[in-house]
Amino acid sequence: MREGNANAVGCDGKERHMYATTHPAAKTSTGLLSIVFVALVGATVLFVAGHAQSATLHDAAHDVRHATGFPCH
Amino acid sequence: MIQRMLAGGLIAGFAAGLLAALLHFAFMQELILLGEDYETGVLVHFAGAGDAPAEPGHSHAAGEAADDHGGNGDGGGASRNVLTVLFTGLTYSGYGLLLMAGFALAAQLGQEVRARDGLLWGLAGYAAFHLAPAMGLPPELPGSAAADLTDRQIWYFGTVIATGAALALFAFGRGFVPALAAGALLAAPHVIGAPRPDEFYGVAPPELAGEFVARALGIGFVAWAALGWIAGQLWAKAPA
Repeated sequence: MREGNANAVGCDGKERHMYATTHPAAKTSTGLLSIVFVALVGATVLFVAGHAQSATLHDAAHDVRHATGFPCH
Repeated sequence: MIQRMLAGGLIAGFAAGLLAALLHFAFMQELILLGEDYETGVLVHFAGAGDAPAEPGHSHAAGEAADDHGGNGDGGGASRNVLTVLFTGLTYSGYGLLLMAGFALAAQLGQEVRARDGLLWGLAGYAAFHLAPAMGLPPELPGSAAADLTDRQIWYFGTVIATGAALALFAFGRGFVPALAAGALLAAPHVIGAPRPDEFYGVAPPELAGEFVARALGIGFVAWAALGWIAGQLWAKAPA
């Protein structure tokens, strides 16, 4: 915005506006990455608790799998 | 943002899981143990007909076996119940994290999730993860017959994904085409049909299985509603 303004550094309301317009673009990609990460953690936890067929896990989670309606045995 | 999602998902998940576990012990566990008695032959369904032998012995044997399950027998009793609480908590934490990721994705796309929206998201999650799959693969009482496990898992995950996508399209799509696609996605798994066993050779009584399914769906409803509500509150009130 007003590049020639002597008051540009922090004192001008419009100058702050520049931050607000550039910030979200940088935020989006890291935001998407963390969304994918959290979704993957959630899906992994769900798979291990509810669907992995190792005998130990199956026995430990047996009652929950039946009661939650997960395919079991 | 990642902390907001992780903390919110885990807190909401374990809280809803604890509620689900309480309801499990109040409504489900006795049916599971009873189903297992039929599964292992301790009890025999329809004992008066067919070739079931030694009828007078049944009631006595049943009493003994039921005690074994409830006590500290082979892997039963307290440790079994602790594992149930733990795995219910884990399962709902997985749901909670997925829900938080959904909230964040909606926010990225310009649809900020307000606290009261959480309940709707929870009910949608219930429909995708419990209700729609249960229409083809009802929760199994031990002692029920079922088709090949891999086939059932494929159908289950396909149904969850299709139903979830359909509900998202209904909620966020604009116009006729997304709604039409959503309807098709919602119907597709049921048109294809869930895998069924070749024969119905389940040994548990259908009356018991019906009760089991209805209770499982009821508990899922309550737990998912709680999960969505808590997650919505945590999401909306946490600093971004």
